[in-house]
Amino acid sequence: MMLSRKARWLFGVAMAFGLTFIYVPLAVVVINSFNASKVFAWPPKEFTTHWWTEVFGNDGVREAVLTSIEVGVIATTFALVLGTLLAFALSRYSFFGRQSLSLLVVLPIALPGIVTALAFRTAFRTILGVELSIWTVAISHGTFCMVVVYNNVIARLRRMGSTPEEASMDLGADTFTTFRLITFPLLRGALLAGALLAFGLSFDEIVVTLFTAPPGVTTLPIWIFQNLSRPNQAPVVNVVAAILVVASIIPIYLSQRLAGDSPGGGRL
Amino acid sequence: MSGSASAGRRLSAALFRRPRLRLGGLLVLPMGWLVFVYLAALFALLATSFFLVDEFTNAVQAGFTLANFHDVLTNSAYYGLTLRTVGIAFTVTVLCTVIGLPMAFFMAKVVPARWRNLLVALVVTPLWASYLVKVYAWQAMVQPESGVLDWLLKPFGLNGPGYGIVAVILTLTYLWLPYMILPIYAGLQRLPDSLVEASGDLGARPSRTIRSIVLPLIYPSVIAGSVFTFSLSLGDYITVQIVGGKTQMLGNVVYQNYTANLPFAAAIAVIPVVIMVVYLMLVRRTGALENL
Repeated sequence: MMLSRKARWLFGVAMAFGLTFIYVPLAVVVINSFNASKVFAWPPKEFTTHWWTEVFGNDGVREAVLTSIEVGVIATTFALVLGTLLAFALSRYSFFGRQSLSLLVVLPIALPGIVTALAFRTAFRTILGVELSIWTVAISHGTFCMVVVYNNVIARLRRMGSTPEEASMDLGADTFTTFRLITFPLLRGALLAGALLAFGLSFDEIVVTLFTAPPGVTTLPIWIFQNLSRPNQAPVVNVVAAILVVASIIPIYLSQRLAGDSPGGGRL
Repeated sequence: MSGSASAGRRLSAALFRRPRLRLGGLLVLPMGWLVFVYLAALFALLATSFFLVDEFTNAVQAGFTLANFHDVLTNSAYYGLTLRTVGIAFTVTVLCTVIGLPMAFFMAKVVPARWRNLLVALVVTPLWASYLVKVYAWQAMVQPESGVLDWLLKPFGLNGPGYGIVAVILTLTYLWLPYMILPIYAGLQRLPDSLVEASGDLGARPSRTIRSIVLPLIYPSVIAGSVFTFSLSLGDYITVQIVGGKTQMLGNVVYQNYTANLPFAAAIAVIPVVIMVVYLMLVRRTGALENL
């Protein structure tokens, strides 16, 4: 569009302001992880790398990371299978209730987290009388992770069309051969991007986890939440927070490499 | 070997002739999960909001009472609570739109194409930084006396907001901003440049083009973004716990009551569900939900 120089400049200022708003708090987290003092006060007076070396020997952190990975892997597996099947059904067939089903799959992320969280807890504890475990957490996570896999796969299926598969069938391949040689290779990027997102969502989830995890199951967000208000743990929490901020570059890099179908790498 | 191969081929041929069977096979797992796990859980929540609580043991007893909803609807404190929560969610949505729209426009229409991916990555990266870490960061920002905002504003003779409702709104806006930018950016990318150029050729100044062409066409994208910013704000309670001071939102009341009086907590939790369902119904006609 032909915008005046002044208009372009104004939009540029808005962008710069927005990026400052986004990155100043993250920078504060990273800088604060080198704060020598155990009590937060800005600006920090002395700096140290001592807390960074301490965090790697911290058993609580290590166990929490392992628990988070375990939950994330199970939830991602559920989400991959369910989201992919649903994407095929909704993109390749028309049937009664298709619209409602496409709305239903979005509902777990469209409804506030505390609703999903309390709903699962009530269903597990009050109605079914099941003991909470790592599985109740993973089942709950899988439900809202399903939608990101679904979004990625259905976007790819729409773009890909059905011609490559029809060509394969015309050349004599059966359904399974076609899936193995044509459909799956074409979908692989979308599946990886979807899995990455699903894992990221699960790894970060706090509300649903708090409501569906038994006392012994501590994921990393729960560990941070429990230690946030403990003054002597503050330096370790600061370092964990800084690591999570810096590590957020990894999935972004990967999803851009995977060339997802949506600008957010399918997060939306 | 040839036996199994031909069996696979026979199965494949049988499936090919029966599209309904193929559809059924694809749907049984995900639909079963969504209906028997997710919808069943939501139904359990709704059912529990009609249950009773033993006054001495706090044990939940199956039954039917409207007492929980009666408590919620007749106590004026919960009107205030609901209004405050909706007000916060609304303010956050407006702020996200005001900050996000020019950013999305800059990314999609102003900056040269080769910079776009980098800017998108810069906007999306914070989504991957943990939610708690971001709230924690804002605790450091707004902290009274020793916070970053106080330090920044002191030279101008001003103070930071401290803990409270302003801090909650700032933090929630920060958390959900990318959820507003991305749908608008995607909407702007789908908007053909030719429409914008035609408007300019017909003599419209850029401000008129943005008002009469761009904004009406990306309206569904803004609504799609608002579903996230509104809903995510509506159910939040952790942000409020950390930076809200004495402020309370619906989520806090649910959280405080779910161990002692689960049916009452469930009745409170029904409020955001009703608000969201009404909101989704209202925006459904704009076609925004296909953009989610």
